[in-house]
Amino acid sequence: MTSLISNDSPTNLTEFSVSELSGSIKRTVETAFDHVRVRGEISGYRGQHSSGHAYFSLKDDRARIDAVIWKGTFPRIKFRPEEGMEVIATGKVTTFPGSSKYQIVIENLEPAGAGALMALLDERRRRLAAEGLFDQNRKRLLPFLPHVIGVVTSPTGAVIRDILHRISDRFPVHVIVWPVKVQGEGSGDEVAAAIRGFNAIEPGGPVRRPDVLIVARGGGSLEDLWSFNDEAVVRAAADSRIPLISAVGHETDWTLIDHAADVRAPTPTGAAEMAVPVKADLDAQLANLTARLRGCASRQMDHRRQSARALVRALPSLDQLLALPRRRFDEAAAGLGRGLERTTVVKRRSFERVSSGLRLDLLTNRLAQHRQLLADRLTRSERCLERQLLKEHNRLSKAGASLSALPPRLLGQLARERQHLVSLGRHADTAISHTLLRSRSAIVAQDRVLQSLSYKNVLKRGFAVVRGEDDKPLTRAAGIGEGLALSLEFADGRIAAITGEEGEATGPHPGSPPQPKKRSAKAEPTGDVPKQGSLF
Amino acid sequence: MTESNETVDVSGYSFEKAVAELEGIVARLERGDVALDESIAIYERGEALKKHCEKLLTAAENRIEKIRLDRAGKPQGVEPLDGE
Repeated sequence: MTSLISNDSPTNLTEFSVSELSGSIKRTVETAFDHVRVRGEISGYRGQHSSGHAYFSLKDDRARIDAVIWKGTFPRIKFRPEEGMEVIATGKVTTFPGSSKYQIVIENLEPAGAGALMALLDERRRRLAAEGLFDQNRKRLLPFLPHVIGVVTSPTGAVIRDILHRISDRFPVHVIVWPVKVQGEGSGDEVAAAIRGFNAIEPGGPVRRPDVLIVARGGGSLEDLWSFNDEAVVRAAADSRIPLISAVGHETDWTLIDHAADVRAPTPTGAAEMAVPVKADLDAQLANLTARLRGCASRQMDHRRQSARALVRALPSLDQLLALPRRRFDEAAAGLGRGLERTTVVKRRSFERVSSGLRLDLLTNRLAQHRQLLADRLTRSERCLERQLLKEHNRLSKAGASLSALPPRLLGQLARERQHLVSLGRHADTAISHTLLRSRSAIVAQDRVLQSLSYKNVLKRGFAVVRGEDDKPLTRAAGIGEGLALSLEFADGRIAAITGEEGEATGPHPGSPPQPKKRSAKAEPTGDVPKQGSLF
Repeated sequence: MTESNETVDVSGYSFEKAVAELEGIVARLERGDVALDESIAIYERGEALKKHCEKLLTAAENRIEKIRLDRAGKPQGVEPLDGE
């Protein structure tokens, strides 16, 4: 134990008991946070506890603090807390020493600006609209003339007075007021209960069932009117089987009950006007209709009576009625006999007219006419035939005449041709004899020239022509061999000769007489020259 | 009042319906194209409708009541509204 004592704390720090520490903390906290404003979102709100207190917490995105509203504080809070709503709470922070906890005791609670409320309202409106609570086809028509009007509003205040005044001005009817709180905690539930309560009234019970409901409240702030945005109120209004007029706040204030109601009135007075017609107008209308009805009836009678009288007056007497037919009958009767006579005469006349035309000579005339016509045609055709024949005969005789003229013409032509032939023959004879004569004389002349030019003349002058074996004249001695047979021609005839030796060429040789002769002929050319000269 | 079966159920009519029919009858009579006996019949019906409408209008009572609630908030009955 001494060690424990010796181990005593080296510090001089004051030692607290738990209660002392907790009490100290409580004092410190309550002094420091005696009056604070906290902004946060309501979380875990479940309404008032059976004790009347409300426990929930305020939170933001990182922290959470427990909160409590005491029973006594609750009615002072204008605004009804709701889960998830952003609020500004005013109060003090306290601790519970027994459990090491702290919390804020809220004295006042208000929404964190209109924006937060509007966002909440908008979200709720959309949700309820999606459920179809605001659908137009849910809306019912208001009755034209309600017998009983149920009004849900505060029994005191200007609103109910305005409504009652306006109703009695227009049309005094039975009005049943269901008194409710129109703001503050529980007001929404009361309004919803009143709407459902009116709907629950059975017809024929001690309390008369209303024909139309008016839910009304005067103007106020968004928070003042907040209970009419309550979901319970909206659902009750939408479920109401009695047509419902909402008249909450001023014309510019819209609450959710306005969407669910069958008709929204701009003001409570406006709701009264919608609920009932003006009785005076209806009286006037009825009086007018009644007057017209009565007037109609009497006028109708008068009118009918008048027209009946007029008809009676217009009804003609029997004599008048019969006069015209009688006259027609008389005229017809009188005309009957006359008509027959006249008809007979007319018929006879027409018969005579027709029968006079029927005579025999009409037929004979017609026959004679036809006969004449026939004869005419006959003679005409005969004449025609004759003419045709004559024409053909003429043509024939013309052709015969031209044919008979043909032989003399041919004979003439024949004689001419013959004459022509004779003269041509004569011409030919003279021509041919002339030609013969000329040719003969030409031949004589030519012969004379020929004779004058002939070698024979030379022969006459003593020359001879030597010829070889081939009968060709030889003009040169050279080349003529010995013992060669020759022919010598003289003027008076030919002889055959054979050539001798060459040396004996100069002397005459018995064996070769032609040679000398020939040479001699050549040696004496002069004897013929004068003759030849004279010849030319 | 009359035996015409047309007038029998007029008493059940709403004001609106009765007035509409009365207007129709007046219009027909004013046109004057209704047969005599029919015009008499519909005139009588018009009278009946008119009476019914008057009844509806005069029957409207100027009564103002307040729901009396019990402790549980249930309606107990009515009492005159004293706020007036």
